[in-house]
Amino acid sequence: MTEPTRTTSTDVSRRAALVKLGLLLNGIVGVILAIPIVRYILSPVAHARKIGYESWLSLGGLEKFPEGQTRLATYRNPVVNPWDGETADIACWVRNVDGQNFQVFAINCAHLGCPVRWFPQSNLFMCPCHGGAYYQDGSRASGPPPRGLFTYHYKIDDGKLFIKAGEMPTTGSPVASRNSARSTCA
Amino acid sequence: MRVIAKVWEWLDQRLQLGPAIRETAEHPVPRETASWFYVFGSAALTCFILQIATGILLALIYVPSAGEAWNSLQILNHGITLGWFVRALHGWGSNFMVAIVLIHMVQVFLFGAYKFPRELTWMVGVFLLLMTLAMAFTGQVLRFDQDAYWGLGIGASIASRVPVIGPWAVNLMLGGPIIAGPTLSRFFAVHVFLVPGLLIAFVSVHLLMVLKLGINEWPMPGRIVRRATYLQEYHKLTQQDGVAFVPYAVWKDIFFSAFILLSIAACAFYFGPFGPSGQPDPTIIQTSPHPDFFFLWLYAVLSFLPPSAETPVLLIGPAIAIAVLLLLPFVAGEGEKSWRRRPIAVLTILLTAVMLSSLTQLGLHTPWSPVMDAWSSLPIPSEYLQGRTALERRGALVFQAKQCHNCHSLDDVGGKRGPALDRVALRLTQDQLIRQVIQGGGNMPAYGKNLSPAETTALVGFLETLHPPGQPPASNAARDVVLGADAAGSSATGP
Repeated sequence: MTEPTRTTSTDVSRRAALVKLGLLLNGIVGVILAIPIVRYILSPVAHARKIGYESWLSLGGLEKFPEGQTRLATYRNPVVNPWDGETADIACWVRNVDGQNFQVFAINCAHLGCPVRWFPQSNLFMCPCHGGAYYQDGSRASGPPPRGLFTYHYKIDDGKLFIKAGEMPTTGSPVASRNSARSTCA
Repeated sequence: MRVIAKVWEWLDQRLQLGPAIRETAEHPVPRETASWFYVFGSAALTCFILQIATGILLALIYVPSAGEAWNSLQILNHGITLGWFVRALHGWGSNFMVAIVLIHMVQVFLFGAYKFPRELTWMVGVFLLLMTLAMAFTGQVLRFDQDAYWGLGIGASIASRVPVIGPWAVNLMLGGPIIAGPTLSRFFAVHVFLVPGLLIAFVSVHLLMVLKLGINEWPMPGRIVRRATYLQEYHKLTQQDGVAFVPYAVWKDIFFSAFILLSIAACAFYFGPFGPSGQPDPTIIQTSPHPDFFFLWLYAVLSFLPPSAETPVLLIGPAIAIAVLLLLPFVAGEGEKSWRRRPIAVLTILLTAVMLSSLTQLGLHTPWSPVMDAWSSLPIPSEYLQGRTALERRGALVFQAKQCHNCHSLDDVGGKRGPALDRVALRLTQDQLIRQVIQGGGNMPAYGKNLSPAETTALVGFLETLHPPGQPPASNAARDVVLGADAAGSSATGP
């Protein structure tokens, strides 16, 4: 008695079909697994779209910002992690225009985000990276920046200056285009 | 010795790698490729292995947390025995790796090695270059200091300019709304797991193809690559005039790798580790961030592009460059290999080298940045003040106090943002000087709101004295005619 040959043609095609089915199953599981993984990766984006990162923050009493002057202020970013260290402390420039009106500029140059410095002697903001310069009202004076400094919305409440902040302004972000620095006459 | 032989025999009985290793080692390569020109690929691999080893050593101490990273680098530099040396090895190893990968690429390009049948080897090599640069950039971020922090800001600003998805890209890159804890953590994951893993995989494929397809023969002018005949010709070359890779060619690789390792160690020992610079505190704004050496050219490009061209160039430029590199073997997959018959290839290399080194040189000197403390720390040379009137000296004071010196140099001292003013009176008349100061223009801010009429008069009075003794300052002939000889006389006062 001879043993029947173990691989007949129907057998092969059945095995091949099983392999394909197995691969298909893995594909389906892969897609199911991909959904939570992609959502995990995109969580910073989802947070920005659903909740947003901005909130009203106090920069301290108005007495810290004398009339006609521009002063550096700092705040703790509203969305923080315990391990952020000093990176969650953000600086901004506060200009008290006339005692009633204020301008609060982001520290980030509108060109590529470097920290601009205020020079009261020449009434200019200058950037150390690529040589951008801005007038005291934040409008572009010279250099590569495509626009004026980013400004924060502000309000005065109970003798304190509040700004709406929480996200690093960049040229392409909607925060930045909303908060465009208008060329004021002040 | 007998014990070693026995152990090897025991292992090989199970691994059965002996014949394969022997075949690989002794495979014939064209005689001329046993050359000092063919050592850069293996040297790049040596650098990569050194980077893995020193990287693991650094990870024993380094803390990838935004709050602690900078402190752990200080401990590495000052608290751990020879921690500074391991950091220096990793830092210098990185610079050497980028340099050697670039040299390897130039050699491969000039020797026509990317042509048939080695197109895919070249393309994988292009990805290896991109990954090496990615390692250099992310490594600079892990050195979490002020340069890293503001470098991330630059990266985020560039990412934000991508149409439509820009703001999302920023949030994804930073892991949140600002540069903070999640930012460093994700760059750590990319630098330590993602890219090295890809590098190992791509290096393996790259090496496998070098072995399977053979080392590129020494290019001879007139020996043309044709798809139909090349494989046969190469086979004939290696069979008739080939030498065994081990030992005929490999000894040069080994010696060069040792030389490179020694050079890295020497640089690490003499020059020490890179940074870290100041702590990554965004409220410390007295900083002038600049990238590492191999990104200085990009830093320079970013300051010279006009605002309107910046976003397209930043976003489309890299895509075009990568596409050109990837498509090169398909456009020029056949034909001459020798650089002696490929003048455009040689010119391309020379042009690229001149361009990158000029931009790097500019990036080292940043002439576009105002010298922030020139107004308070760099005095006006005394010969520019001797024999001047009170008004002109008052103007010199205005020049300092209003920080003109930050952007304009006198006697080669001061900023280079604007033109040097040593001979400005030869170029501009009094009226033109007043107009330029008040209205600005030509990339100069307007100072009209910032200067009183008296200050403007004094400043222009000083600027009018800035001309060589023998040459009269520029004057408006019409003005002389209208106002008479008095005006001509007054504008001629000077040294």
